[in-house]
Amino acid sequence: MKIHEYQAKQLLAKGGVKVPRGIVAKSPDEAANAFSELGGPLAVVKSQIHAGGRGKGRFKQHPDQPGVVLVKSADAARDHATRMLGSTLVTIQTGGEGKNVNVLLIEEGLKIAREMYLGVVVDRESGGPILIASTEGGMEIEVVAHNTPEKILQEPFDVEAGLLPYQARNVAYRLGLDGTSVRAAEKLFRQVCQFFIDNDCSMVEINPLVVTADGDLVVGDAKVTFDDNALFRHQDLVALRDLNEEEPMEVQAQASGLSYVKLDGNLGCLVNGAGLAMSTMDIIKYHGGAPANFLDVGGGANVDQVTEAFRIILADPNVKGILVNIFGGIMKCDTIVTALLGAYDKIGITVPLVVRLEGTNVDIARKMLADSGKKIVIGTDLTDAAKKAVASLGA
Amino acid sequence: MSILVDKHTKIICQGITGKSGLFHSQQCRAYAQEHRPGEDVFVGGCTPGKGGTEIDGFPVFNTVEEAIRKTGANCSLIFVPPPFAADAILEAADAGIGLIVCITEGIPVLDMARVHRAMQGSKSRLIGPNCPGIITPGVAKIGIMPGYIHKQGTVGLISKSGTLTYEAAWQMGNIGLGQSTAVGIGGDPIIGTMYIELLQMFQDDPKTEAILMIGEIGGNAEIQAAQYIKEHVTKPVAAFIAGATAPPGKRMGHAGAIISGGAGTAAEKKKALEDVGVVVADSPADMGTAMKRAIDARK
Repeated sequence: MKIHEYQAKQLLAKGGVKVPRGIVAKSPDEAANAFSELGGPLAVVKSQIHAGGRGKGRFKQHPDQPGVVLVKSADAARDHATRMLGSTLVTIQTGGEGKNVNVLLIEEGLKIAREMYLGVVVDRESGGPILIASTEGGMEIEVVAHNTPEKILQEPFDVEAGLLPYQARNVAYRLGLDGTSVRAAEKLFRQVCQFFIDNDCSMVEINPLVVTADGDLVVGDAKVTFDDNALFRHQDLVALRDLNEEEPMEVQAQASGLSYVKLDGNLGCLVNGAGLAMSTMDIIKYHGGAPANFLDVGGGANVDQVTEAFRIILADPNVKGILVNIFGGIMKCDTIVTALLGAYDKIGITVPLVVRLEGTNVDIARKMLADSGKKIVIGTDLTDAAKKAVASLGA
Repeated sequence: MSILVDKHTKIICQGITGKSGLFHSQQCRAYAQEHRPGEDVFVGGCTPGKGGTEIDGFPVFNTVEEAIRKTGANCSLIFVPPPFAADAILEAADAGIGLIVCITEGIPVLDMARVHRAMQGSKSRLIGPNCPGIITPGVAKIGIMPGYIHKQGTVGLISKSGTLTYEAAWQMGNIGLGQSTAVGIGGDPIIGTMYIELLQMFQDDPKTEAILMIGEIGGNAEIQAAQYIKEHVTKPVAAFIAGATAPPGKRMGHAGAIISGGAGTAAEKKKALEDVGVVVADSPADMGTAMKRAIDARK
């Protein structure tokens, strides 16, 4: 689960981490008031969406308006907020359709001496959390890692003990910090790592981490993602979820116990198992088609779930055909076909449907499909089904 | 011979009184009875608070320690719900269970980090979590895979994905290839046993003549495996990597199946494997034939 920058900063501040003074604004007047309340000569107005690249991003409705802007007066804050709120921000990470901006964060300006990068993620290799730091702040860390891997510092830490003081200092010195900044870094690094553990995060990214003119360390921007599997023990965090930021069909699928990801193609797919679902997308592409989605109905799909799965696939107007790929292991193929035919009648599927079944009771299941009198094409194996499904789009 | 599982394996299920735990314990017991009639392979289960009872003929114990003492079990199959699964794994390890197979999906990743830490130096081996389990065809099935699709044979199968494992076993069965042992390692970011350890076991197993590896996007375990194959594996290896068409930043069902920052793509994994002589299937429909090609190339 992702949250907004302002929410991440509020949580980090609770964990003792130093963040700039900031006020959330949902209207142009609130933005103007926020500027006055902060009382400084300048402030930053920041669009709140779950995507990066906001500074370079522009609004669809106002092509000259950036997603993050420095202002020097309450009027300027109001002016920018008027264009930003309710408009659609397109950044390198949002895709062409962009994201609607409903909330702004107005923050005090910082006297920036240096910008660094700080991140915490789970490291598969060491089997635990790892602190990642770099002198190259404000840039995409992936780009830094690719072009100058020697500038990426990694410090795995113990999930029980947290980042130890000496580990924090080692990273600080390797980043070239000195004087009071080392003490500030030791404190901040350890707090951020503890925050990561305490909240079951899957990612914390502070980019840039600002070293101010007087040597202090302050969070410039913050991205926090929580481990969905651990949310059951963090009910307070669940309240921070912003459904406006998520693909509505993905939210609906999740509620029905389905795993769905929308893609750009026109061939819908319904599959059991994540690996097979990914592979089904791959084989569609391999035979010249384009998958419209990833959809895993799981191991024990019933009529309701399969019906819901079809609804979700068909809600995408791009879908011109559907490929069903089921490997019935424990789940018997005839059970799946019963669910499939039930769903077919309930929804009234009009696009071509190709079904590939394999596994337990496959003969009974194929006969059921053939006897149903419905225009369902049977694929004899994975390749045959994929070819027929791709061909059905041109028909 | 085979790896991990042989005729001395005695299984209990942690979470046996739950719906899935009981169903799959019954399936595993039926598989053992079919292939080794008269032998006691699946010897009971644990559910705290239900010790001393029986469920469908399985004796139930309160603790793993008690179950071992009374049944001689050396393998545990875990179906405990996600919030309690890490504790169940550590209970099994602490009690001295040699092989722990955790099926549970959805365990918090930091719980697995704690398990990983606590199991450093442990004599127990963990397979999973979020995996279909292990099967040595004709000997024992410890997991949720349909037993009949796995034919006895000489291919060692290692896979991150459940249904894709079935697909591969099915394709191999159709062309006369069976498995020595098939292991589902799981699709989570932190797992008990990775490719390399299993590659080593299959390389050392005299019954295994070839290895099929099924990977997916995310992380770099397949790339490390490629390096290991280059240095240590002399048997023919084939592979498939799922997720060539997955967009970056989107989690594809498995918590581990996500391309982050351009790393962990199917293309780079495929290339790393091909560079060390592994036959990599382009299409998921060709996993069985890719294995056959790899074997035939050595003849």
